[in-house]
Amino acid sequence: MWLGLDVGSDISLANAMGREIIAAGLADKKFIEHSTSGFEAYRECVEKYTLERAERETGVPAGAIRETAHAYAKAKRAQLCWTLGITEHHNAVDNVLALINLALLTGHVGRYGSGINPLRGQNNVQGGGDMGAIPDRFPGFQHVENDEIRAKFEKAWGAKLDPKRGWHLSDMFRAMERGDLTALYVLGENPADSEADRHRTLKLLKGLDFMVVQDLFYTNTAALADVVLPAAAGWCESEGTVTSSERRVQRVRSAVPPPEGTRDDLAILFDLARRFGRDWGEPAPERIWNELRQLSPMHGGMTYARLEKMGGIQWPCYDESHPGELFLHGRLWAEPLVGPRAPFSAVEFEPPVDVLNADYPIRLTTGRRLDSFNTGVQTSLYASPLRKQEALELSPEDGRRYNLHEGEKVRVSSRRGSVIAPVRFDPGLRQGLAFLTLHSHDQVATNDLTIDAVDPKSGTAEFKATAIRIEKCAEA
Amino acid sequence: MDLHFTADRATDAEKSAVDSELGAAESGWSGGTRRMENDGHVAVSLAPRRDLLLPVLHAIQRRIGWISPGAINYVASRLDLPPAEIHGVASFYAMFSLTPRPRVVAHVCDDIACLIRGAGSLCAQLEKKLGPAGKPDAAGNPTWLRSPCLGMCERAPAALITASGETPHERVLAPASPDSIASALQQMSSSQPSSAKEKHEAPDPKQSLPQFGTPQLRLLRRVGRVNPASIQDYQSNGGYEALKRAIDIGPERVVREVIDSRLLGRGGAAFPTGKKWESLLLARKPGCTHYVVCNADESEPGTFKDRIIMEGDPFAVLEGMTIAALAVGATKGFIYVRGEYPQAAARLTHAIKQARAHRLLGQAILGSALEFDVELRQGAGAYICGEETALFNSIEGFRGEPRNKPPFPTQAGLFRKPTLVNNVETLVNISEIILNGGAAYARTGTAQSSGARLFCLSGNIKRPGVYEMPFGIALKDLIAAAGGVDGTGRLQAVLLGGAAGSFLSPGELDTPLSFEGTRAAGATLGSGAVIVLDDSVDMKEFLLRIARFFHEETCGQCVPCRVGTERQQELLHRLVARKPLGSAAQEIKLLNEMAQAMRDASICGLGQTASSAILSATQRWNLFS
Repeated sequence: MWLGLDVGSDISLANAMGREIIAAGLADKKFIEHSTSGFEAYRECVEKYTLERAERETGVPAGAIRETAHAYAKAKRAQLCWTLGITEHHNAVDNVLALINLALLTGHVGRYGSGINPLRGQNNVQGGGDMGAIPDRFPGFQHVENDEIRAKFEKAWGAKLDPKRGWHLSDMFRAMERGDLTALYVLGENPADSEADRHRTLKLLKGLDFMVVQDLFYTNTAALADVVLPAAAGWCESEGTVTSSERRVQRVRSAVPPPEGTRDDLAILFDLARRFGRDWGEPAPERIWNELRQLSPMHGGMTYARLEKMGGIQWPCYDESHPGELFLHGRLWAEPLVGPRAPFSAVEFEPPVDVLNADYPIRLTTGRRLDSFNTGVQTSLYASPLRKQEALELSPEDGRRYNLHEGEKVRVSSRRGSVIAPVRFDPGLRQGLAFLTLHSHDQVATNDLTIDAVDPKSGTAEFKATAIRIEKCAEA
Repeated sequence: MDLHFTADRATDAEKSAVDSELGAAESGWSGGTRRMENDGHVAVSLAPRRDLLLPVLHAIQRRIGWISPGAINYVASRLDLPPAEIHGVASFYAMFSLTPRPRVVAHVCDDIACLIRGAGSLCAQLEKKLGPAGKPDAAGNPTWLRSPCLGMCERAPAALITASGETPHERVLAPASPDSIASALQQMSSSQPSSAKEKHEAPDPKQSLPQFGTPQLRLLRRVGRVNPASIQDYQSNGGYEALKRAIDIGPERVVREVIDSRLLGRGGAAFPTGKKWESLLLARKPGCTHYVVCNADESEPGTFKDRIIMEGDPFAVLEGMTIAALAVGATKGFIYVRGEYPQAAARLTHAIKQARAHRLLGQAILGSALEFDVELRQGAGAYICGEETALFNSIEGFRGEPRNKPPFPTQAGLFRKPTLVNNVETLVNISEIILNGGAAYARTGTAQSSGARLFCLSGNIKRPGVYEMPFGIALKDLIAAAGGVDGTGRLQAVLLGGAAGSFLSPGELDTPLSFEGTRAAGATLGSGAVIVLDDSVDMKEFLLRIARFFHEETCGQCVPCRVGTERQQELLHRLVARKPLGSAAQEIKLLNEMAQAMRDASICGLGQTASSAILSATQRWNLFS
């Protein structure tokens, strides 16, 4: 079954499913009692979310919500998987918590074939987090504000480390606005195209005192930089590891030498360190990996030899006799319970920040197409037989309503900006819902329209829900 | 599923043909009208009914005359399948056309049995009269196609004329002449059938049964004597007595009788029937699904016995299947009838309805706990679908490509469930075994081939038709019983077992016709086809037709067969043209090597037997030096 809920109404749907599961006696009471906390508050919270209310807020027929709730609760094994449709919202973390609640309610967690899975869009998104590319974490998700842990890293690295967490991306732009952030070192990102509310982004990037961009490609961000460091391709021109969505750490090997004039990320960073007066020696990936194994307990048992022999290992893997873990949270089923209880989190539905009204009646959502990726840095240089000119996709019904024909150019306006885009009709969309990608800002600068309403907990902007209006314009 | 549609849309007629099989579409997502208030917010994935793909394609073919890209797109949304998958299936079967075809088409058999009876000159005259095969004229007027064996060999040469439209209908012309084909084409394209009688016209089965009225007929005793449309007629002639007894004695005893009968499968492979039944009986578990499948894809050139049974005594097939279902614990059965047998399919369809109405199919059969129902499925012109696993794939809505064995059908057959698959003739033997006991049955026939056999005599024979004879009869006695050699009266050869069989020379007429007797002669009984060639038949042309048959019918899945059947045909053409690569002897050596490669490395019988008839000829006669 596919539920076509209105963009941003996920919590209403999840809470109504939770209410229905409880009301139908399908909750896993034993599991809730044994392994969770906060159930009563959750029950009270979802009590308000009747099927009828959810139908009103999500657009999904009540019967379909009920059927989905029953199917999920009764399934022997069930998983909740999601991508950016859940996380690119001003209440992204609440969206995820609402889903976690469902897994806890039914016991679909900590067992083979069950669980909750954010699906990653790239081969090593998980690896970035594992290695501490998160403002408040060291490698292995160890908190930077924990004195004991910080002391461990300071000792290993022979340096004093900041005892306060850093900024995430949205914080950084606010800091630029305040003038607190004046220099930027960008590795493999293209914020000039990828950030919501592009007018503001460009203004802030241009206002920096100094910017370094280290990338495979000369991106629109690189074009604004003072120094550009051409980098080698991680997947085929350098040595190391990546971590997949299922937490499997795998070896990456260099297959070809990088093109002339480009260098491996490690080589660049090691050379920079030397210029700053710190000699880190030779940039040997396995030596660095072994240092990580000393500092991050969950990687402790992953020697290169074992990674090779076992075809990758799923963390946590504490020592060299540990095979890794096929799934997480199995402890919740241990008798007696190991570790803390898993908390329910009562979360309330809040509609998207950019409200629909008579001036902006259409909901624009964003996403990607099969053959393209994000801002197109990695994909737009290559031809694809499927790729079409970027266009505002509308339902055939809206096409008729606005008296448009396919290919006709329209002015698309939001409360922040406006762009000209050709239209295309797609029966996968319903009336009132439009779609654009971020792939090609040269064709359609989608982020001129999007809102930078940011979830304070995750720092992610609400790319998925923009209010727009469409106006016919003369053919360009 | 990620479906990629082209812009082609189905016409209303195409949609209505599909909807006649599937019912109306429930939502905009499954090909129906888009209703935003619901479709915009929910889509329910369809129950997987890929097995309806062939019936749907048949419906389009019969309604429109061909299957357009728009029709494929509509079927794709109705069955939740990628259009490319549907194209792959539709293009596999010869009776489906993916390019426009005139409404009325004559399928003219030019296969081996008809070839002996003048199909060659018939086609030559048609070319003059109507233009080359397969080409509609500028006005899209009726055209004709060459066809492999239509299974009407006793009345050769044969033609099947199909007319698509709102009332699709077929007509068999046998024997056919250029004039009768041309006038039938004209008549059928200018008018719809006037009555049901015309729609399902069938010749008197007695014509195909020279032994009619004689006591030798046991299996065929009702054919021509009872009304095949009347279940009462069947019952008052001993019908359903065996089923009553089977219910009384129970599954274990039924299987015991079949084992004791030593009945061997009549489809061609001669596998002990009781063994199959027993393995399914032993595998019975509460809650597990078993299927009974009747293989009525009688496609071996020169074979038509199953058609005579299905047209003349359809309830006997149903009764045999029902007893089998009782024995192996199946509640669902399928009859897979080849697409070239419209009359057999119509008779069986009617019989199934009658049996349901008389509670001889469905729940509580004969007041017992037995529950069983049968669904009829039609093939669409693919010889390979007679191979049991290819037949399963075809029913399931896939290309009719055989599967690897093991697992065997009794372990994982139709829909990957344990399946009993038996040939029509095999199933019709069951009644007698149940009524008279397996031991009594085993005493008939020969030591290793119990019971009687249906032989299909065609070619240069005075009284062609189906003969029911005890196993072990000498070939010469069978020929004598059929009135002797026709044509020049001088025998050149006999082809036993059809295109996949082997030749016997006039010096081998004493060969006893039993499984063991033919095996000893280095031949095979196969499907029971006995094609008689007088000395006027051009053996080289005959062999070329056999080579073309396998080249056209290979499914292409196994490389040795796909390439080997092509190379075999090329090689024969070189020999016939007296342009061998090297010497003729070298070519024959190469032919033997290719045959060995196909036997070793093809997963099914088609590749394994694609050379057997040709090789048996080269062993017996010095044709090419």
